[in-house]
Amino acid sequence: MRHRDFTAFILPSALAMLLFIALPIVSVAVQSLFVEHEQVLVTVENCGPFGCQEETKVDPDATAALKEAEPLGRFNGLGTYLNRAHLAVTEVGEILSDNDGIGDVISRIYNLPFYKALSFTLVYTFLVTPLSMIAGFAVALGVNSIPRMFKGPVIFLSLLPYIVTPLLGSLILFWMINSDGVIGATLQWIFNDPELSLKASPGLTWITLIVYGTWHMTPFAFVVFYAGLQTLPQDTLESAMIDGANRWERIRYVVIPHLVPLATFVGLVLLMDNFRVFEPIIGFSAEANATSLSWSIYNDLNGSVNQLFGSAAATSILTMLGVIVLLMPVLIRTWREFNRKAR
Amino acid sequence: MKTLTTTALAAIMAAGIAGTAQAGCGIEGGSVRILANDFDALGLVIDEAASCAGDGVTVESNMTTEHKSLQVPALTVDPAQYTVAVVANNSIVPLMNNDLIRPLDDLVEKHGQTLQASQLIKIDGRTMAIAFMGNGQHLFIRGDILDEAGLEQPTTMEGILEAAQVIREKGIMEYPLAAADQAGWYLANEFVNTYLGMGGSFFEPGTAQPAISGEAGVKTLEMMKAMTEYMEPEYMTFTADEMKAMYLSGDVAIMNQWGSMVNGHIDPEGPAPEIGAATVLAPAPTVGGGSVPASALWWDGFTIAKNISDEDAEASFIAMVHGIRPEVAQENPSAATWLMKDFAAPETAMGVLGTAQAGAKPYPMSPYMGLMHTALGAELSDFMQGTESAEQALADVEAAYTTAAQEAGFLQ
Amino acid sequence: MNTQLGHSRTLAITSGLILLVWLIVAAFPFFWTVWGSFKVQADFFSRESFWNAIFGPATQRQTGGAFTLDGYEGAWIEREFYHSVWNTVIVTVCVTSISLLFGTLGGYALSRSTRKYTFWILIAALVFRAMPHITLVSGYLLPFFELNIWGYLPTAIIVLVAINQPFTIWMLHSFFMSIPKDLDESAMVDGCTRFQAFRWAIMPVMWPGVITTGLFSFLLAYNDFAVTAMLLNQDNQTMVPKINSFLGTVQTEGTIMYAVAATVSATVPLFILVMFFQRQIVSGLTAGAVKG
Repeated sequence: MRHRDFTAFILPSALAMLLFIALPIVSVAVQSLFVEHEQVLVTVENCGPFGCQEETKVDPDATAALKEAEPLGRFNGLGTYLNRAHLAVTEVGEILSDNDGIGDVISRIYNLPFYKALSFTLVYTFLVTPLSMIAGFAVALGVNSIPRMFKGPVIFLSLLPYIVTPLLGSLILFWMINSDGVIGATLQWIFNDPELSLKASPGLTWITLIVYGTWHMTPFAFVVFYAGLQTLPQDTLESAMIDGANRWERIRYVVIPHLVPLATFVGLVLLMDNFRVFEPIIGFSAEANATSLSWSIYNDLNGSVNQLFGSAAATSILTMLGVIVLLMPVLIRTWREFNRKAR
Repeated sequence: MKTLTTTALAAIMAAGIAGTAQAGCGIEGGSVRILANDFDALGLVIDEAASCAGDGVTVESNMTTEHKSLQVPALTVDPAQYTVAVVANNSIVPLMNNDLIRPLDDLVEKHGQTLQASQLIKIDGRTMAIAFMGNGQHLFIRGDILDEAGLEQPTTMEGILEAAQVIREKGIMEYPLAAADQAGWYLANEFVNTYLGMGGSFFEPGTAQPAISGEAGVKTLEMMKAMTEYMEPEYMTFTADEMKAMYLSGDVAIMNQWGSMVNGHIDPEGPAPEIGAATVLAPAPTVGGGSVPASALWWDGFTIAKNISDEDAEASFIAMVHGIRPEVAQENPSAATWLMKDFAAPETAMGVLGTAQAGAKPYPMSPYMGLMHTALGAELSDFMQGTESAEQALADVEAAYTTAAQEAGFLQ
Repeated sequence: MNTQLGHSRTLAITSGLILLVWLIVAAFPFFWTVWGSFKVQADFFSRESFWNAIFGPATQRQTGGAFTLDGYEGAWIEREFYHSVWNTVIVTVCVTSISLLFGTLGGYALSRSTRKYTFWILIAALVFRAMPHITLVSGYLLPFFELNIWGYLPTAIIVLVAINQPFTIWMLHSFFMSIPKDLDESAMVDGCTRFQAFRWAIMPVMWPGVITTGLFSFLLAYNDFAVTAMLLNQDNQTMVPKINSFLGTVQTEGTIMYAVAATVSATVPLFILVMFFQRQIVSGLTAGAVKG
């Protein structure tokens, strides 16, 4: 394809991505290297309906002069990346140099917000991704073998967890897992434990979130796998049957190899989406026991009235780097394939 | 602020819909554009303000839960996207820090005859906002349960613990208490309430240095933890909404709940009229032998943007003052704890007013209080779940706060 | 279809059972919600017993009947939910069609060029997709206010299109890879320009893949909250932010049921859509074979 044709075809898409994604990413990256100006404080008297108080406030004129001099803020280099809210290099160094054994190191590092968020994010990503792929594959096999007239409704029902807005979906599920809710009460009855609460302990909260995540993402894997099943090479299947392969063998030696490319795609998308897990943590009020990188960004931007753009920017860049590391095997494979084709 | 009332009224769309009899409200012309949080009582005020539209005056509004994220960029541009930002104690702070709102003294003098002196939020002697509603947490007590247990009405947090003990021992309820301890904003807010009751201060005077890890901080945490003994095990997920549902289903005997939610709890048309009838509303409790109620007081008010024409500013001020004229409060007495002149407070507002009269402190308006609030919300949950000591939790809070404050330029 | 996969009875029963369990797990919360949307809040969100959501004693007491339409009336009539439905229609139709327009052109080009930069464009797109949306959106606010384009539907549409592009071009790229190159190349030998070849040789066979990609674009636009809640003003709200406003800062008695009713209503068009397109969805992915 000629450069000129290529440019003409890719232009609208590339322009949209450059303007609305690449440019913001650059500005986010720049922002993460700066911290705000020194705020000049003055103590004043504030009065309101509930009486008067001595409080500090920012002196706008003095601060404005500082802003004028350095519009981006003070250059901080990688300082924000290394501080306690992110990689916490100093704190980790202290912990490593002075501790009471490996258990102490782990619990103290886990106490640092970034590592706490990272551990849940990784556990979630590496459990939900394979679980929803396996579940999606099983459902796809099941749907594939039912009579045609049921397929439409069954596909719709199977898609429901993916398409009902998580905003309300998680609220309703959260209510259902209450000890008085239909799921919570049923579990109490099954395990014969009236004190069982899915929301009280860290372990159960993690399990709840992971089950929810699997439930939510399975339909995506299902749709793609189901479509893949439609393109099974009939002749290979038939020859396998003639060779006397039973159904398991056929799935193992014909169906799964055929679906591997699809599985790569599904895995790629799921890894990325799961790594950015955020909504269920809010929906299930799980902040006490489980935080994620995306949640940290949200907390910096929306947690209070003071927005910490630099901190959110640094976490975002770290999230991006994390995704790149996760995807590295796939990227390398794609690169090899690409080179093979290009040759 | 996280104002604890209710959802929106219908959207009040652009100019001219509502304006009839008093079109103009005496405004000569201009554009009024209001940004506000999304709950009923604010909708009422904005509705009234919108009735000033007509005759070259346009009134538009945007009520959204995302208002906090929008207000700074929206008021930074010139001319500002909104002329009026409806704020509370905490959400006025970023507008002040960035110098985005104008002093209102001249407008108050010219058009503010219906306002009371106590409604003016004066910062360094200049009026920066006009408050019209108050809010705060106070006690909601099931009178019938107290009678059954033969208890006096508790007025201190220690008394509440003793009452809870008695209620449990008599087998009336296993978990008689509830508090909004959801990790994050609510948990931090509980700490702020109790800590104010303990007489603590959050910062070294005149600076942004944190000062919470002293004795008052430890005692505050111990008290909060002691209360959770008498709460259902999932207390770390309780929000104000959740508490209301629990209270209405008869699971809770005593709790410190938002004044703005009173109507939802005692509504005779509501889901549990018998619980509503048995409810006693009392001022917030004191704690640790202090005399200050353990509850922060909040106000909601309006501010006028700086980066707009004087004509729009004047139009906005008049429209908003029209929206909060004393008649609005008189006609809707139960909608909120109004701060307007001649407001005859109904029974439902007595909890908040009683707490205020007992000398409760307002939620701090320091420029860096929001950072402290976030740090508290994120770092206290380990202690509340019993996996960390109080001292360690407070040290974590100070470390998290210091990191954030350095980034925001408050600490070096 | 595919009965050739298995005749074994035990296996058929096992896979049937797995499917049944999945259908219950997948659809139960939804049917629970549909049923509950005709109850009052005290029943559906009961803290006493979940049986209340089924039998509805408070619904009986508060409204005098076993079922109530209060939620639907409140959402549709009192709060004018149709207004946001209309906005959602505009947003989803525009986002889906523009995404697909940009995406087919870009995906086609990427699939037909063998130069190194196509690889890097694809990788860049992946990296772009990794950026959390909330960071992007908070960065848009100030420039959008300055340009005075904040709050309008076209702004949200173009942002959603852009955010959706990485996924779209990846999927369509893989799809075009599976269409034989001979098709358009022979057209070009016959004297067509590149664009004419695309128009006459490729377009007629690309629909299945486009429809599948379109489904995912559609779902993104339909369910988006992060972008629409921050970039649209109240008049232009789409359904999901509107549902959020029913939930409000703090819930009012009853309005939470508006949200439940609205959510149930919002699922109806999706049902119609899936029933209508289910065969195309499948054949789309089939032919496209989104190869990783």
